[in-house]
Amino acid sequence: MTGEPLPVTVIGGYLGAGKTTMVNHLLRNAGGRRLAVLVNEFGELPIDEDLIEAEGDNLISIAGGCVCCSFGSDLTAALIQMAQMDPRPDHVVIESSGVAIPGAILLTVSLIDGFRPDGTVVLADAPQLRRAAVDPYIGDTILRQLRDANIVLMNKSDLLGETELEALDLWLADTAPQAARIPSIRGAVAIEAVLGLGAEPLASSAGGHADKLFDSIVLRPAAPVDCEALAARIAEGPYGVVRAKGYLRDRQGGVRLIHVAGNRWEVTPGPDDARPGLVCIGLREGFDGSALVALADSA
Amino acid sequence: MPATTIYSAQKIITMNPSRPVATHVAVRDGRILGAGTLEELETWGDYTLDDRFKDKILMPGMVEGHAHTMEGTLWRNVYLGYFDRMDPDGKVWSGVKTIEAVLERLKEAEAQITDPEAPLPGWQLDPIYLNNVRVTRQQLDSVSSTRPIGIMHASGHILNVNTKALELAGLMKTGLNHPGIPLGPDGYPTGELKGPEVMTPVGPHVGYERALTDCDEQGLRDFGKLCVRTGVTTITDLAARLTDDSVSMMLRVTGEKTYPACVVPLRFFLGLAPKDLVAEVVRLKGMSTERLSLGRIKVVADGSIQGFSARLRWPGYHNGAENGLWYVAPEQLSEIYHLALEAGVQVHTHTNGDQATELAIDTLGPALLKHPRRDHRFTLQHCQLADAAQFRRMKELGMCVNLFANHHFYWGDEHYKLTVGPDRATRMNACRTALDTGVPMAIHSDAPVTPLGPLFTAWGAVTRRTASGRVQGEEERITVAEALWAVTLGAAYTLHMDGEVGSIETGKRADFAVLEQDPTEVEPEALKDIPVWGTVQGGRVFAAADL
Repeated sequence: MTGEPLPVTVIGGYLGAGKTTMVNHLLRNAGGRRLAVLVNEFGELPIDEDLIEAEGDNLISIAGGCVCCSFGSDLTAALIQMAQMDPRPDHVVIESSGVAIPGAILLTVSLIDGFRPDGTVVLADAPQLRRAAVDPYIGDTILRQLRDANIVLMNKSDLLGETELEALDLWLADTAPQAARIPSIRGAVAIEAVLGLGAEPLASSAGGHADKLFDSIVLRPAAPVDCEALAARIAEGPYGVVRAKGYLRDRQGGVRLIHVAGNRWEVTPGPDDARPGLVCIGLREGFDGSALVALADSA
Repeated sequence: MPATTIYSAQKIITMNPSRPVATHVAVRDGRILGAGTLEELETWGDYTLDDRFKDKILMPGMVEGHAHTMEGTLWRNVYLGYFDRMDPDGKVWSGVKTIEAVLERLKEAEAQITDPEAPLPGWQLDPIYLNNVRVTRQQLDSVSSTRPIGIMHASGHILNVNTKALELAGLMKTGLNHPGIPLGPDGYPTGELKGPEVMTPVGPHVGYERALTDCDEQGLRDFGKLCVRTGVTTITDLAARLTDDSVSMMLRVTGEKTYPACVVPLRFFLGLAPKDLVAEVVRLKGMSTERLSLGRIKVVADGSIQGFSARLRWPGYHNGAENGLWYVAPEQLSEIYHLALEAGVQVHTHTNGDQATELAIDTLGPALLKHPRRDHRFTLQHCQLADAAQFRRMKELGMCVNLFANHHFYWGDEHYKLTVGPDRATRMNACRTALDTGVPMAIHSDAPVTPLGPLFTAWGAVTRRTASGRVQGEEERITVAEALWAVTLGAAYTLHMDGEVGSIETGKRADFAVLEQDPTEVEPEALKDIPVWGTVQGGRVFAAADL
């Protein structure tokens, strides 16, 4: 395997939460990223027909250099197959089954060399979630999915009134306090929020987000920082950051690559010639850009 | 006119209520012409009298309603179970009682392999019986440091590997953070891998390459030998993936003139959307032959009780473990039931915990209202914790059950002490309640989880003895006659095959188990020890000694 580890994001959530719709949204708005989507099985065809370029036995080729593949019981083999594709995908998205625990799948990914477990995004069927969470059969499964999510998408939020959505947000803050929460409609959420920033972090934020829901900022602290401490505080602190990615100079010397997905963060060595700058994005509401700048300058 | 053979026997137990016992059975074209006295059978015309069974007991060839053909493949690996167990060649491997014995047996096997890099796989280790002492990576390294070694536990959910195997899988490093990978004091993995998600990345390096429940060609042949040695003539393969390749392999092997059993593979539900799954199974059904019966679906609803992954109702696990996992979403189960009922396809559903059983019952009721289908015989497999009310509901819905009678012996003590506690352990696999309620019932081994052997399984249901010798749930014991029914007609009924096999009567396939002793005459405690001479399958004679 060559180059940087391939990022892997797990998209989970119970049946009917809108996982497939969101995956199609991501494929449609991939913006030049080559996505490899792994689905547990080809059920009802998971990909919108107009996106399909060719269909093989367990592989679908999609416009824009993306692919979709079913992995059945052998996720490891499917991941390795993805990593060996030429050209190599930029990002792997695993759409897990409705009863699977996404956090457990991400842990498995962490065992395989050549991949970077990026995070888990759990979709919730906003109008149904509270009822489903007390269902005697599947309630505890849904709670387990939420409890180790890095990002929770409150999907179908348009079907709730403002007060109901607020109530759901509070309930989630209590039930899954670790997760960043984002409302969405038909799975349409900025790809940067779900999959993180593109290969060139500075470029992707330059034009701002067409989606008025999000805000972003680039942190360029004047002095080298304690990258791990900074990443942890961005991920866990009250700054409204859903995603962050970029290179910063570390106080220990050298350059570090920082990834944040909800409450999950990772710091790895980066190339010395990388252009410093840490892009943070989050929901416009609750996004505290000036506090982030202050944090970075003091880290 | 085709030739007729009349076999004499010391006694023929027919399971035909109109004529429970006979001295002779006439066979023509692989089918039973009749059972009775020689005088009666002579009326069919010319015949050859075959006296080879004159001091044997014949009973209907036994039907194993829940097994996996992978047992045949596993026997090429090193047997490391605690209990004595017979391999396809009839060799009885003594159980290994200490870790030292485990290592010793691995060393013996290791010495036989010439290729220094070839993997060394073992199977059926059960630390429960070894005071829960775990095998370490370092101990396995003492067997070999050059070849990868992997030992599968009896549960099928834990794998112990050596350093070489971890290296090959890229896991021989510090800093791993996974609940399924315990770390030693040095920060490196101890070599124990818990759960399928951490076993799959390593499995292929230690010889566990295949999807675990599938067998290969030689495995299927070896599995047939085990059938002969245990008196089985019809056997399920309960979670087969049934890819095109494996179907053609199974058609080829079972089609060989000397293949001694009828194999009944159920198509595992994963991998296809419900609509496609049902259509695929209808297609497969059309490919059935006399020794490969296709066209049924297997769904797995939850995990296992001893693995704490079964779904339990309140009050849950006795040791306080978190409730188990669903392997199917209720909505998917419902969709499969609806479509299968509509298409006339039978579904067997694995439900270990009582909440999984409840879900299956809750789901089938409305599906049957929508698609009334008499005689559907949807079967709950394992169904270990069902209570009396659930059996009554199953009866009302026309469901069958296949209870895991071998569990009393192999894990009964653990269920009592640890998993579900005394009260529910006592009612586990409630054969008496099932029969009294009128739910059609079979009992099974789930081989390779426990050894294939319907007479042992019958013994388990009759005595309910645990490995420590206690009788667990004496009120749920059944009679020898009932147990023998369960391993013949009972199991055949759950497969819609009771018109073809399961008893010795006119028109049925000439399938017999040939026994050295009469199971209805020996002490019930001795049922499991009755020697099996071999079988007759489709009129073809298979002596265990000649395999």
